[in-house]
Amino acid sequence: MMTLKVNGRDHRVDAEPDTPLLYVLRDDLALNAAKFGCGLGQCGACTVIVDGKAVLSCVTPLLLLEGKQVTTLEGLGSIETPAPIQRAFMEEQAAQCGYCIAGMMMRAQALLQKNPKPTDDEIRAELEPHLCRCGTHMRILRAVHRAAHLMKTADASTSQGRSQ
Amino acid sequence: MTTGRFLGGVFAALLVTGAAGAFAVAWRPGIAAVDPPSPETFDQALVRRGRDLAAIGNCSTCHTPRGGGDFAGGRPVPTPFGTIYSSNITPDAETGIGRWPEAAFRRAMRSGVDRAGRHLYPTFPYDHFTHVSDEDDRALYAYLMTRRPVHAQAHENLLPFPLDQRVIIAGWKLLFLRGAALELDPTRTAEWNRGAYLVEGLAHCGACHTPRNVLGAERASAQFAGGEADNWSAYAINAQSPAPVPWDTDALVAYLRNGWHSDHGVARGPMADVVGNLSDVPDDDVRAIATYMAEMFGYPTPDRKRRSEEVLAQLNSTPVAAAQTAGAAIYAAACASCHETNRPLPYGGVNLALSTAFSAPDARNAANIVLAGIRPVEGEPSPIMPGFAASMSDAQIAALLDYLRARFSNQPAWAGVEKTVADARRTQTVFLQRSLPPDNAPTDIRERGKP
Repeated sequence: MMTLKVNGRDHRVDAEPDTPLLYVLRDDLALNAAKFGCGLGQCGACTVIVDGKAVLSCVTPLLLLEGKQVTTLEGLGSIETPAPIQRAFMEEQAAQCGYCIAGMMMRAQALLQKNPKPTDDEIRAELEPHLCRCGTHMRILRAVHRAAHLMKTADASTSQGRSQ
Repeated sequence: MTTGRFLGGVFAALLVTGAAGAFAVAWRPGIAAVDPPSPETFDQALVRRGRDLAAIGNCSTCHTPRGGGDFAGGRPVPTPFGTIYSSNITPDAETGIGRWPEAAFRRAMRSGVDRAGRHLYPTFPYDHFTHVSDEDDRALYAYLMTRRPVHAQAHENLLPFPLDQRVIIAGWKLLFLRGAALELDPTRTAEWNRGAYLVEGLAHCGACHTPRNVLGAERASAQFAGGEADNWSAYAINAQSPAPVPWDTDALVAYLRNGWHSDHGVARGPMADVVGNLSDVPDDDVRAIATYMAEMFGYPTPDRKRRSEEVLAQLNSTPVAAAQTAGAAIYAAACASCHETNRPLPYGGVNLALSTAFSAPDARNAANIVLAGIRPVEGEPSPIMPGFAASMSDAQIAALLDYLRARFSNQPAWAGVEKTVADARRTQTVFLQRSLPPDNAPTDIRERGKP
C-alpha cells in the first residue's frame, strides 16, 4: 500500500512499487483521460503532470512518486467547467480520433504554466514527443495559442482548473 | 582547470607570441575574393566525393545548428576559454564562403586562416585538417560550394580579453600546429595507412578522445586517452579503454557503420552524430578507420580478456537483482524491463554489464542518458529510450547510478554522483536544444528511408 497524491487528493493504492503510474490511474482510480499508447514512453498519449512537469506515466513506476503531486486531465477541469486548455482544444476542434489529445493537452498545460506566451517553434519543440496519426497538428498548434490567450484574458476567473 | 593554471597558460602563450615577434608571426595576407563560382562548374564525381569526405569529417555537427540551414553555422561550442560560434560555410557571398577561392579554403584547412587573413580559433580542428590532401580539400570545396547558400551572419564569439585577440592564436599555432603531411608507413597495409590518414586528419577522432592541456591543445603524450565533447565524456579509445568487452576491428566496423554493437550498446551524445554521418560513407573508408583504431586500442591484456569473458558468460545467468536499495528498486522498476530481457539490440536495451558508461571514470554519460534517453531518428526504425529527467529527481538518479556502478563494473564507486547529475541536468538541456532533432544513429542502413 502506498499513498498517491492525484488531483489534489490522497489515494491509498494497493499496488506493487514497480507498477506504472498509468495502470493505477486507469485501473484503480478510474481516471481514464491518460491513454495507453505504446507502453514505451514514445508516443505521449499517457502524459500527465507531476510536480509541474509533463511525465510519461506508462514508464513512471509508483516508487518514483512518493511525496509528489500528480495531475491528470480530470484535475484541470470538467465537462461543465472546462479549463482554458480544454476549452481551447474544443473551440479549435483540435481532436479527430482524440486518442493523443489528453496527452497533448497535459504537455501543453505544463508548457503554459512555465511559459505563458510560447512561440510556434517553442510549442512544436515541446510537443515533439507526441504522436498524432490523424494529423490535426495545425489545429493543436492553434489550440495551444488560444489556451495561452484564454489563460491571460480570462485570468482564470471562471474556467481555471481545479487543482492548478 | 584552475584559474591560476589557466592564467599562467595565457601568460605563457603571450610570452611565446611576443618573443617570436607578434607581427611577423601573426600576419597573414588576405586572398583576393572571387565571384561565387556557379555550381555547374564543379565536376559531379568530385562533389560526390566531397560529400563522403564531409561526412567523414563530421562537418555538419558543428556547422549545422538546430533550426538553421545546412552548414549555415552559428552553433555555440563551449570551451574552457569561452564560447566559440561555428561559422557559415555555405557559398553565401556575404556571410558564407561564397567568395573564397579554393586556395583560401585550402589555407583554412591547412593552417587555420580565413580568406581575409584572420587566424581562426582551433575549435575548428585544423591541427587535424592540416593533414588533409590537396585532392581531398578540392573535393570538400566542390561539395560545400554546391550547397544552398544561406544568409546567416556569424555570431560574435564570447571570449574574455586577451583571448578575443586573434593574434594570440598565432602563438598557439607556433606551439601546437604541426602542418606536415602524414608520412606513410611502408611496413603497413594500404588499409592501415588509409585509416591513419583519415583518423589523424579529416575524421579528427582525437579532437574529442584525446585530453587537452591548459592551452586547449591535445596532449600528444596521451593520445586517445579520453577527452570530452559537449559535456559528454569521450572515452579512452586506446589501451585504457573502459569498455567491458575489448573492441576489435569487426566490432568497430559494425559500430561505426550501424551506430550500435551487441557487445557495446548504442552510440549516443555527440558520437551519435558521428556514426550517423559514417553510415553513409564508403565501406572501405569505415574499415580503414576501424583497422587503424583497433591497433590504437591494442590487443587486450590477459586480465581484460578474462574480465570480458566473465561479463559475457554472466549475461544470461544474472537474475534481476532483489530490490534491496533505493537504486536497485528503481533499476528493477524502471530499467530492467528493457535492459534485462535479452531482447537483441538495437531495439532491446543493452545489458548494462556491457555498457562502457558504468565502467567509465565518471558518471557523466550515464547521467546524460538517464536524463535524456535516446530520441528516435525521424522516419527510420531506430533504437529508443525514454528520458527520465521529468520523473526522477537528482537524488533518485544518483541512487540508481551508484547501484549500477556497484553491480556492473569492477571499479571503485564514483564520488559526488548527485552533483554530476545536477550538472548533467543543466548542460543536457542546453545540448538537446542545440543539437539537430535526429541526433541519433541509424540502426540498419538498408532500412533507411523505409517507413
